[in-house]
Amino acid sequence: MRFLPRAVLALLLGSVVLLSGCARPGAASRDGRVHISYWEKWTGFEGDAMRAVVDAYNASQDRIFVDLLTVSQVDQKLLLATAGGNPPDVAGLWSNNTHVYADMNAIRTLDDLCEQAGIGPRDFIPSFWDLCTYRGHVFALPTTPATVALHYNKKLMRAAGLDPDRPPRTIEELDAAAARLTTRDADGKIDIAGFLPSEPGWWNWAWGYWFGGELYDGKSKLTVTSPENLRAFTWVQQYAKTYGTQAIQVFQSGFGNFSSPQNPFVSGKVAMELQGVWMYNFIDKFNKNLEWGVAPFPYPADRPDLAGQSLVDMDTLVIPSGSRHPREAFEFMRYVASPAGAELLNLGQRKFSPLTALTPDFYQRHPHPYLRDFVKLAYAQRVFSPPKLAIWKEFGDEMSNAFSKIWLVEETPEQALGRVQDRMQRKLDREIRQKRRKGLVQ
Amino acid sequence: MTDREKRNLRLGLAFCSPWLIGLVVFQLYPIVASMYFSLCDYSVLEKASFIGLSNYRDLMADEVFWQALRNTLYYAAMALPLGLIVSFATAVLLNTGVKGMTVYRTIFFLPSLVPAVASAILWLWLLNGKFGVVNYALDAVGIKGPGWLSDPLWTKPSLVLMSLWGVGHAVVIYLAGLQDVPQQLYEAAELDGAGWWGKLRHVTVPMMSPVILFNLIMGIIGSLQMFALPFIMLPGGQPARSAYFFAVYLYDNALPYLQMGYASAMAWILFILTLLLTWIALRLSGKHVHYEGA
Repeated sequence: MRFLPRAVLALLLGSVVLLSGCARPGAASRDGRVHISYWEKWTGFEGDAMRAVVDAYNASQDRIFVDLLTVSQVDQKLLLATAGGNPPDVAGLWSNNTHVYADMNAIRTLDDLCEQAGIGPRDFIPSFWDLCTYRGHVFALPTTPATVALHYNKKLMRAAGLDPDRPPRTIEELDAAAARLTTRDADGKIDIAGFLPSEPGWWNWAWGYWFGGELYDGKSKLTVTSPENLRAFTWVQQYAKTYGTQAIQVFQSGFGNFSSPQNPFVSGKVAMELQGVWMYNFIDKFNKNLEWGVAPFPYPADRPDLAGQSLVDMDTLVIPSGSRHPREAFEFMRYVASPAGAELLNLGQRKFSPLTALTPDFYQRHPHPYLRDFVKLAYAQRVFSPPKLAIWKEFGDEMSNAFSKIWLVEETPEQALGRVQDRMQRKLDREIRQKRRKGLVQ
Repeated sequence: MTDREKRNLRLGLAFCSPWLIGLVVFQLYPIVASMYFSLCDYSVLEKASFIGLSNYRDLMADEVFWQALRNTLYYAAMALPLGLIVSFATAVLLNTGVKGMTVYRTIFFLPSLVPAVASAILWLWLLNGKFGVVNYALDAVGIKGPGWLSDPLWTKPSLVLMSLWGVGHAVVIYLAGLQDVPQQLYEAAELDGAGWWGKLRHVTVPMMSPVILFNLIMGIIGSLQMFALPFIMLPGGQPARSAYFFAVYLYDNALPYLQMGYASAMAWILFILTLLLTWIALRLSGKHVHYEGA
C-alpha cells in the first residue's frame, strides 16, 4: 500500500496538467489548421444560423478552423476570461458593450486589420458602422443589425373602426387610436390595451428620444431632465393614469413569456407595440394567422422633423485583448461581414444585412414581409442608440427604475428623472475624472 | 519528531491539501484581497488604484445602497421571527410520534432540496396575479388577492412567504434537538401537573434554546445574504426597486457595473453588519439560553 499516496498525488498532478492543457490549445493542431475559439451568445434558431455560417467558413478554406462555443452571459464571462488572461480569439457581444470594453482595454482596436483588408465605412449602413467605432477607432464589426418600428394588429384596428392600412403617424394619432382600440370587460378589467408604453419594456430609457430628446450632450453633461424627456415621460404617465395602475398590473400579470404564444402582441392582447425586426419570427412561430403591419414609430405632431426616426441596435464581433490569433480571428470576422456570410447569417436570423452591398435576390429570398421598411429605418435621418458611456449599464438601470416609478404613478416625471440626473451626473463626473487620469480625454 | 511522525505529517498534509489549497486560494485570498480592493478603484480588467476610503464615503451618500439595506433589513425582520416560529412549530408537530411520521418529515424537508432557480420559476407561476394558484385559492374563499410580484407593497411579503416554504433545514435541526430533550424532565413536569403548554414552555423551549439560538444566527446570516430568489424573480428589484436586496446590488456593482472596489466595500459592510447582529443576538440571548450540564 506504500505506493498509494504517490499514486494519488500523481493522479492529481496529472489531472491538473491535463486540464490546463485543454484550456490552452496549441497554435496549429493535428489537422494542420489554426483553431480559433469563438464565443457567441445565441441559442435556438439564432444559434443555428451562426453555426451554419461557421460551418460554411470552415468548409470554404483549409487554413483556419473556427470552434464555436455557445456561452450565456457572454459579456460578463468574456470580461472575466480577459481579466484572467485566457479569452477566446473572437467573441460576439452587443453594440452597447463596445465602448465600455474599449475604454477598459478589454478589446483590441481593429484599425490596422480593417485597413489591410480594405474594410471601411462605405461597406456598411452608416448607423451600424457608427456603432462599431469609438473615439475614432474601429473596435467591432457588425453581425446582425436591428431597427424598431410600431407593430400593429390590423384585425383589431378594423374591429375598432380604424383603417388598417393607415397606421398612426403622430403621437396624437397613436393616442387616439389606442383609446379606440382599448376594450374593457363588465368589471372594468382591461381586455385589450391599445398601446402600453411598458411593453415590451426593453427601451424604457428611450422614450425621450422619440420626442426629440437626448440623455447625454456627448461631452460632460447628462440631459435627463430636458424638456423633451420630461414631455415624453409625462406622456408615458398619462397612459398609466388613463388605464389605472391597478388595472394595468392585473392585465400585465396575465402576459406569458415573450417567446410564447401568450406574448401580448402575438396573442392580440396589446394592439400596437414598439418592436424590433425580430418580431416577425415570433409571430410566424406562434400565431401565423395574425394580421399585422409595421410603421415608423410616431412623432409628436409639432415635431415633423422627427418623422421616420428609429432606434438602432446591433450584435457585434470583437477581438478580446490577449486573443492568441487576432489575424485568423479577423479573417473569420471578415467572412461574416462579407455579403455571403452576412446574408447567410441574417437570412437565418431573419434580419436584414448590415452591408450596403446586397446580392440581387436577397429580398426575394427573405421571408420577412416588411424587411424593406426596417432597412429604410436604418438609413433614417435621425437614429439613436444608448449613449456611449462606461456608466451606461447602471444609467440604463436607473432609467428603468425611474420608468417604473413613473409608470406606477409613485413619482412625477420631474422627481424621477431629476433623481437619475443627479445620481448619474455624479457618476459621469467620476468617469470623466478616471478617463482624464488615463489620458483618454482632454 | 520521529521519522514516522514526520512521514505521517507529510502524508496527512498531502491528504488534506485539496482542502487546504482550496481554503487558501478560494477563501482566504479573496477575503484578504477584497479588503484591499474595497479601498481601490478596481474594474477587474485594469490594475486597482488606491483611493482610500472613497468607496465607503460614496456608499454612505448612495441612496440605492440605503434602499437596498432597508429592503434587506425589512425582509429579515419579517422572515426571521416567522421562520423561527413556523420551523419550531413544525418540528414539534413532527415529533409527536403519529403514524407515518417519517413520511411527513420527508414531505416537509423536500422543498429545501429544490434548487433556487427551479423554486423561483415555480413561485413565479404560483404568485402570478392573474393566473396564480395562490390568488385562485384566495378567490375561492372570497379574498381578492394582491398582485404579489407586481405591487411594490407586496414583493417583500411574497419573498417572506417563499422563505417559509424552505424551512426544512431548520426543522431537521430542531427535530434532532427535540430527540435530545431528556424524557425524565417531561415526566417530572407531568407529576407537577403541567399540561402540553406547560411542558412546551418550561421544558421544551428552555432545553431547545441553544438550537433556537443556532437557527436564529443562521437565519440572520441567510436573510442578510438573500440573493437568488429576488435576483431571478424580480430583475433589478422591480417594481420600483421594492425587492432590490443588498446582495443583488453588490452583485450588480461587482459585475454588470464593473465596480469591484465599490462592491468589495459593500461586502465588508455586510460582513460587519452580520457580525454585529450576531453579537447582539448572542448578548441578548445570554440569560435565556440553557446549555445542558452548564
